[in-house]
Amino acid sequence: MHIVILGNGISGITAARHIRKLSKHDITVISAESDYFFSRTALMYIYMGHMRLKDTQPYENWFWEKNRIQLKKAWIESVNFAQKHLITASGEQINYDKLILGVGSAPNKFGWPGQDLERVNGLYTLQDLSAMEDATQEGIERAVVVGGGLIGIEMAEMFHSRDIPVSLLVREESYWNQVLPPEESAMVNREIKRHGIDLRLDTELKEIIDDGSGKACAVITKDGERIDCQYVGLTAGVHPNIDFLQETELETQKGILVDEFLQTNLPDVYAIGDCAQLRSPRSGRKAIEAVWYTGRMMGEVAAYNVCGQEIAYDPGIWFNSAKFMDIEYQVYGDVQAQAPEAHRQLYWEHPEDRKSIRIIYHAESKATIGFNLMGVRYRHQVCEKWMEEATPIEEVLQQLSLANFDPEFYQTFEKKVVQQYNQQNGTQIQLKKKRKLKQVLRFLGSSG
Amino acid sequence: MNSIDPSMSLTESQAHVSMNFRQKIGAALSGIGLLILLISLFNVGFNSQKTLFLSLSLGGITLGTLFYAWGTYGGKTAGIKNDGVWFRSMTSLGVLAWISGVILTAFYVFLYWFPIYLGLGADGSENTGMVALFDPLSQMINGGPASQWFMYGALYTLAILVMGIKFIWKYRHNKYHILRTISVMFFQLGFAFLIPELLVRLNSELPYNDFKNMWPLNYYFFDGYRIEGYTSTGWIGMFMLIFGLAMVFVISPVLTYFYGKRWYCSWVCGCGGLAETAGDPYRHLSDKSLKAWKIERWMVHGVLVFVVAMTTAVVYGYFHNNPEGYWVTKEVILGIVIAVFGGLGLLMWWKPSYLQGLSQRIKNIIYIILGALVLFTLVAYFTGNSNVFFIGNYQLRSWYGFLIGAAFSGVVGVGFYPLMGNRVWCRFGCPMAAILGIQQRFFSRFRITTNGGQCISCGNCSTYCEMGIDVRAYAQKGQDIVRASCVGCGICAAVCPRGVLRLENSTSDIKSRADELRVLQIDERGVKLAD
Repeated sequence: MHIVILGNGISGITAARHIRKLSKHDITVISAESDYFFSRTALMYIYMGHMRLKDTQPYENWFWEKNRIQLKKAWIESVNFAQKHLITASGEQINYDKLILGVGSAPNKFGWPGQDLERVNGLYTLQDLSAMEDATQEGIERAVVVGGGLIGIEMAEMFHSRDIPVSLLVREESYWNQVLPPEESAMVNREIKRHGIDLRLDTELKEIIDDGSGKACAVITKDGERIDCQYVGLTAGVHPNIDFLQETELETQKGILVDEFLQTNLPDVYAIGDCAQLRSPRSGRKAIEAVWYTGRMMGEVAAYNVCGQEIAYDPGIWFNSAKFMDIEYQVYGDVQAQAPEAHRQLYWEHPEDRKSIRIIYHAESKATIGFNLMGVRYRHQVCEKWMEEATPIEEVLQQLSLANFDPEFYQTFEKKVVQQYNQQNGTQIQLKKKRKLKQVLRFLGSSG
Repeated sequence: MNSIDPSMSLTESQAHVSMNFRQKIGAALSGIGLLILLISLFNVGFNSQKTLFLSLSLGGITLGTLFYAWGTYGGKTAGIKNDGVWFRSMTSLGVLAWISGVILTAFYVFLYWFPIYLGLGADGSENTGMVALFDPLSQMINGGPASQWFMYGALYTLAILVMGIKFIWKYRHNKYHILRTISVMFFQLGFAFLIPELLVRLNSELPYNDFKNMWPLNYYFFDGYRIEGYTSTGWIGMFMLIFGLAMVFVISPVLTYFYGKRWYCSWVCGCGGLAETAGDPYRHLSDKSLKAWKIERWMVHGVLVFVVAMTTAVVYGYFHNNPEGYWVTKEVILGIVIAVFGGLGLLMWWKPSYLQGLSQRIKNIIYIILGALVLFTLVAYFTGNSNVFFIGNYQLRSWYGFLIGAAFSGVVGVGFYPLMGNRVWCRFGCPMAAILGIQQRFFSRFRITTNGGQCISCGNCSTYCEMGIDVRAYAQKGQDIVRASCVGCGICAAVCPRGVLRLENSTSDIKSRADELRVLQIDERGVKLAD
């Protein structure tokens, strides 16, 4: 059987690796973007000079041939689902028995005048990075980044690392406040400004100005302010990159619709990663989740289904992470920007440093349902187990040390968190267990 | 990607990397300091004002480095500081890196084999040149004129101290790095530099002894002249001998069991100290390929076999040729050889559970080597030959000294910092690292744990691993990292942007700790992280 995977990002490559583990099928991975799989999340580090492209490639180049995974660099013009083949830009026909679509995302553009000028780009592909590097070599005196999300702050940090002044335009009145609770969002605002980045909250892009040669030279905000710049980063979110599949019998909405086995409406065609839209996501999860981790999990699930072992996609409890300049961020479970009535929260923030711990629990059942961490590392499995078992907040607090994952010799704040809870609730809870690995493994090994 | 790959060019990178004012002052000051040392080689009259010029030189280097660090990290927020590492000529195999590599290498060649050109006074005559510049400092500390080794020790210690401060500045948000850097600075200044010099001043018969430097890194520990030195200088000499033996056979295995080899390699050792401080800007240059790992294993364990064989021969030969004066005889040495190597072989055969992961082929090779060591010693004993391996014991010793002690650890080990990374010696050549590594791999609580599914495979951990471990390969699978070569510097955990890695010690699952414990897995409930 010949399995063709379109897209060599984390979801497609994970699928290929697992199909190889499970079977002897022929595997071809097609990409127009890069010769080899690289970590998309590491693009920023190439521009910042932390790593070279090859350092972002998780597998050495011999790996693919050794594992009989054929890599093909080609741009796919169209897919003929009825005849089961793909047509490349050069007219080549590639037949498949089963097809996995892992074609990723494209940056959102909202019809801004000038959005397709030169020196206006998102940050998603290697080509985007290339454009950014080329423009930097030619000279950028100021850059403007539009969008207050994870990629926006990354792009601002990138320009900042090359001593290029940046204005970060955020539509909302605080950074990423659709996702982060107010205190954390405010902390990131402060962090952005602390690095000397020109943060413009409550500011929307109206248009991008052409310098006369087809290149961007300034932006105009909705307030009418003009900011001269030589590069505009568009980072107002992404959407599934499925334009080339629109006129086919493949059923799509925002993304490619898939069932719980990641199968599309067509037989032998699967979709995974950023471009997949679940018909019925599990409660509390979104239909499209364009994050690294879900791409990886979907790739693995698709591999099993393609190889004939029916397994439903269940991403489990939500988790994510990021880094806002110098502040590491980890989230486990259900943490909402505006806590609903039924949720109670415990929030502790370091008085001087950029650290905070937020724990969410149910008002009635007291079950712990979320952790939001800034500048503090918590152990994923421990938090997950507490949430899976609906452990009451007070029991979690007693054992909170088990979750700590900060480096050795770091000051720990679990005691402060417990104190805060006691103050708020008039309780006398004591921090019990030590954070030693032995205790952690014992805890993880115990059945709840 | 069609844009430039600035890191691979020999010419200056086109990426925008300019120095700020403070960095320029720093570079100028340390440049002047180094220039004074260079000019002093030509005997231009600095020696009439040794103290002045030495102070100017060392002061310039110190102040310059501190100014540079201030310019680099002072105005910036605390956090990871790797911006532009692959753009700067000095840290990305550019012209400056090659020039530095050549100069450092040349310095080591002169130091080891032609110290006269550095100004060492031949046959007791007065020092000239660069060595003479260090006479006042030497007079002050040990009461005599400088040797090339005193000069080297002083420069080495200075490098660890000032670059240590720079490193602390860079990682000032991370207590683990602050503490271990203070530790290597302390051990270098006190144990490697001042104490040995002061002891020699107190009793010139004493062997020059760095208490923290143990066999086999200190491969001359069992040399005949040193054994005579220990045994002829009363209680303090005996203390040195016993402490040295205890370091090898008791203290080091116990500490390695509890904390992994990091207690030595990145908290105490002088080579490690220099690598972690002066060598830090080059840590990303280590080769991460599987091929490099294979070469590393053969080389470093090859050196270990070499030093064990050489030491066996030297010790046996010494007691063979000096039957008088000690209660230790060649029979005792023969007994020790049989007990130690035979015992190791028996242990391997008896407790194979500890050796999981070792192929039968490797086990067979180890049996053959252990057997050969015993056999050669037996043959030497029964034929009355003092040379265990049929070549002169001291010839073997001097080949080791030349090839490993000087050429590898010095010339290649430090000279190639800017070209192959800062742990070339520790990774490919150090027999001490090999022994501690074997202990760490099979009998230690130390490992690096990973944080569930949070890895994004970005590669920062692997890139900045000075030992060339592909940390990411483990982290993205959620697998604990248990590697013989890991020196526990903790940089992988620090540069990880997602908080995925943690250095830990624990007895839990000590026999199966490298299993794929927490791998993303599929089970009947769906996809999740396996417990």
